[in-house]
Amino acid sequence: MVSEGPYTHQAADTAWNFASAAIAAGHEVMRVFFYHDGVYNATRLTEPPQDDRHIVNRWSALKEQHGVDLVVCVAAALRRGIKDEVLAPGFRISGLGQLIDAGIKADRTVTFGD
Amino acid sequence: MFVNRRAPFGTVYALESLEVVLIAATFDQDVSLVFLDDGVYQLVKGQDSKAIGIKNHSKTYRALEGYDVEKLYVERESMQARGLGEDDLMVDVEVLSSAEMAALMAEQDVVLSF
Repeated sequence: MVSEGPYTHQAADTAWNFASAAIAAGHEVMRVFFYHDGVYNATRLTEPPQDDRHIVNRWSALKEQHGVDLVVCVAAALRRGIKDEVLAPGFRISGLGQLIDAGIKADRTVTFGD
Repeated sequence: MFVNRRAPFGTVYALESLEVVLIAATFDQDVSLVFLDDGVYQLVKGQDSKAIGIKNHSKTYRALEGYDVEKLYVERESMQARGLGEDDLMVDVEVLSSAEMAALMAEQDVVLSF
């Protein structure tokens, strides 16, 4: 679960690095669930300066290359203006049930935030 | 297990934690809530958020029983540090020392922190 927005907070960077390292070590990362301000990780309107990392595109690549399910909480997203029409490639909007489902199915659930 | 560590208002974490708790309850999971650090303020009686124009979600804690969510744990040290006692809380809780809380957390399959 990623609980904080990109760029303000390191949670999104740490989560992406953790997920990438886990995959490189042979683990399966079934899902990343974006909650609270974490939903801002999913907007394709994100346009950082060229010399900065592109946090949103990095997530999209994780889905494209490794099939990681990128789920944005619908209630948290709608509160913050994140809708289907602004979603970056690879993200989908769904319910909190997806977070509980991941907790049930995965061996480990890791929270990134304060 | 849902760990609540922040004050009820000021940030959205308490409210959005409650939303996940209610969903988890519908998944027939063994749901428990922990309140520590400033999170103990979430259970204090007589909350009134009218003046700040934010919905008072605190009534939901009293409704948790109706969702079969009955395991509420409060850390003793956090309560004492804030001059609070069980009489100040709006629901029945089990008060645990931080050592007991740590042992309980170690037993959990999934711990989500808010």
